[in-house]
Amino acid sequence: MAKTIEEAIKGGSFLIEDIPAERVFTPEDFTDEHQMIAKTTEEYVNNEVLPQLEHLENHEFDRSVKLLRKAGELGLLSADIPEEYGGLGLDKVSSAIIAEKMAPAGGFAISHGAHVGIGSLPIVLFGTEEQKQKYLPYLATGEKIAAYALTEPGSGSDALGAKTTAKLNAEGTHYILNGEKQWITNSGFADVFVVYAKVDGQHFTAFIVERDFPGVSTGPEEKKMGIKSSSTRTLILQDVPVPKENVLGEIGKGHVIAFNILNIGRYKLGLGAVGGAKRAFEITVKYANQRQQFKRPISQFTLTQEKLATMASRLYAAESSVYRTVGLFDERMGLLDAEKAKDGKEVAKSIAEYAIECSLNKFFATEVLDYIVDEGVQIHGGYGFMQEYEIERAYRDSRINRIFEGTNEINRLLVPGMYLKKAVKGELPLFQKAQQLQEELMMMAAEEPGSGALEQEKYLVRQAKKVALMVAGLAAQKYGQRIEEEQEVLVNIADIVSNVYAMESALLRTEKAIQASGEEKNKQKVLYTQIFCQEAFNEIEAHAKETLVAVEQGDTLRMMLAALRRLTRHTPINVIAKKRETAAALIEAERYVV
Amino acid sequence: MNIFVLMKRTFDTEEKISIANGKINEEGAEFIINPYDEYAIEEAIQVRDQHGGEVTVVTVGNEEAEKELRTALAMGCDKAVLINIDDDVEEQDQHTVAKVLAEYLKDKNPDLILAGNVAIDGGSGQVGPRVAELLGIPYVTTITKLEIADGGKVTVVRDVEGDEEIIETSLPLLVTAQQGLNEPRYPSLPGIMKAKKKPLDELELDDLDLDEDDVEAKTKTIEVFLPPKREAGKILQGELADQVKELVHLLRSEAKVV
Repeated sequence: MAKTIEEAIKGGSFLIEDIPAERVFTPEDFTDEHQMIAKTTEEYVNNEVLPQLEHLENHEFDRSVKLLRKAGELGLLSADIPEEYGGLGLDKVSSAIIAEKMAPAGGFAISHGAHVGIGSLPIVLFGTEEQKQKYLPYLATGEKIAAYALTEPGSGSDALGAKTTAKLNAEGTHYILNGEKQWITNSGFADVFVVYAKVDGQHFTAFIVERDFPGVSTGPEEKKMGIKSSSTRTLILQDVPVPKENVLGEIGKGHVIAFNILNIGRYKLGLGAVGGAKRAFEITVKYANQRQQFKRPISQFTLTQEKLATMASRLYAAESSVYRTVGLFDERMGLLDAEKAKDGKEVAKSIAEYAIECSLNKFFATEVLDYIVDEGVQIHGGYGFMQEYEIERAYRDSRINRIFEGTNEINRLLVPGMYLKKAVKGELPLFQKAQQLQEELMMMAAEEPGSGALEQEKYLVRQAKKVALMVAGLAAQKYGQRIEEEQEVLVNIADIVSNVYAMESALLRTEKAIQASGEEKNKQKVLYTQIFCQEAFNEIEAHAKETLVAVEQGDTLRMMLAALRRLTRHTPINVIAKKRETAAALIEAERYVV
Repeated sequence: MNIFVLMKRTFDTEEKISIANGKINEEGAEFIINPYDEYAIEEAIQVRDQHGGEVTVVTVGNEEAEKELRTALAMGCDKAVLINIDDDVEEQDQHTVAKVLAEYLKDKNPDLILAGNVAIDGGSGQVGPRVAELLGIPYVTTITKLEIADGGKVTVVRDVEGDEEIIETSLPLLVTAQQGLNEPRYPSLPGIMKAKKKPLDELELDDLDLDEDDVEAKTKTIEVFLPPKREAGKILQGELADQVKELVHLLRSEAKVV
């Protein structure tokens, strides 16, 4: 473990550096307390929320408020709120576990997430002492519910293009807010809104707006495709006087809060996706065992097994990735001195350091979830299309995850840009590494993987990093600043980087588990790692090839393609056989097991 | 009031049972607090909150049971005791566990001891009554209601195969909990964090001045096997008389029940 902040793992560094397995945090590292928190959250969801879900889906939101209070009594709203303000001030792994285990509650999990995450955290991290004392104790118990109002009809991905205005009144006591915010989660019952507006139409600023302020109202409930058990309305601000003490952070610095909160929202969505995927997997594998066709359970057909094994191995990669990232936050925050640890801005910085990982987790995990619910419906056949079956709701609920907290496209586009910035600032020696690789490519003799356990996967991860560096380096060289206009190339690079992170996260987790308890007890993990690494590597190869062909021509292209072939040369594993083996344990356990 | 709860760590109710080397395979299985013991814990906490005092949760097991003890502490128990006899005793049964628990409890002056009415794994329902017997105190099993008056008079409602029996008795007393006694709480997060700081003592046979001989199992498990796999049913066809003949034949030759 790192002892000083300088030794902490740098954000994005996984692409150019290798770390030993003991440096990653994995779900196997959960403490007894973590496990108890997981269980309490699960029991809360199963015993309190799910029996009422149909009512919630029908917009009986007085029930949501009661359920959130009950969550408050159990401490499920206070993990991220410091003890001085009535919270529990737990580590990030604890709040991550809550986010994951809440997910099977569907739309209600979104209500919970919006309250504890984007609703409460701006005040936790950027509030003044007075603001914290005034609001946080009530947000911790659920006596007050929070919401977050950034999006407007005309500004979605382009969040800073907001039209809502704020103008200081003549007395200099209040800002007068005018505008309309759209798709605000919890708006039907929230008491406190974090609202972004431009002071004098220019300076993007965050405000704490209470529902009871004059001129605050909400529109009708939206009719949504999924997460129907969460409240979504417009927030209408008509000459709303907001005391100037309710400015959150500094005037004109609203974007700092917005971007930090987005980072958090993104990795938390990754966790929610993992939780939702586990639930969808479980109901699907149970169904596959029950459903008989041609006189046998459909789980006995190898094609069903192939689907189950693919779903579970991707889930393993996503789970490994998100918890690895949360571990990075905790390690870094643990290294802050006492004073800084209390400073929300420093805490936010510890998360912003890993903004690349936050974006990667967001799009990778939400796409794993979407894949799993989609195959889940498929395995359910016609029944999966019927509302009596939970998978139908899971399918609809999943879809929004690829859209909110920055669409997956936006998150992909951000990744190469963030890398470039880190390279230019000298935070990561990307240019040097790319240079080194070029020299290596000229004289490289093809490397061969060793024959031990996971040697092939270690080799694939090593090579994948080189491919990423080669492709990204070439594109950066070719386009320079104009690369922003080459969105297809950027997205390909992001996909390669994402697969590298997921492959390595799965691999390191499995290695760490083997070090702790031996290969025999970690067979399933080894299988997931083998399957995922092979399939992700195939994707990397395809993305790399497509990109090279788009960027280069003629002899240079032929040379680059030859280099790529050398980098990607390997004997593939028999994925079909591995998947049959993997599925056996899943069908036996009737849930996702590692 | 000095309250003790006897707790057992058991397989999760959703766990599939498999057999390896003549024993139930515990590899990779999830464990929980025996569900009936959860009622006992909840009741103990409620009695303490009403009458004051302290709740100590006790288990006989190995260090794996620490997790379940912590859960009991997180629910609200004040202290936990793990009596680890794994190293000393090879074969254990209800006698072993009851003897160990009674030995531990005999100088603790318990006012009230609560246990589950049965453990969902072994299912003997013996340990509670045996402990009471060894301590020489009254016991009431499968209770669904417990009322303690200030003078020490206790009124208990007992579940008798679906009917109710009302019993009056007095402290000190041992009761075993039946479903319906209460709705066990789940540990809150503040409870979980507090549990970390609560005392959890570990004892061995030596600490109780017991020898292996004192607690040696009095029964022997000859064989452990799974129930036969359920086969698909058969529908007999044809004339009624033939069907009856066929049925009797199958009951003799196949099912071997007559």
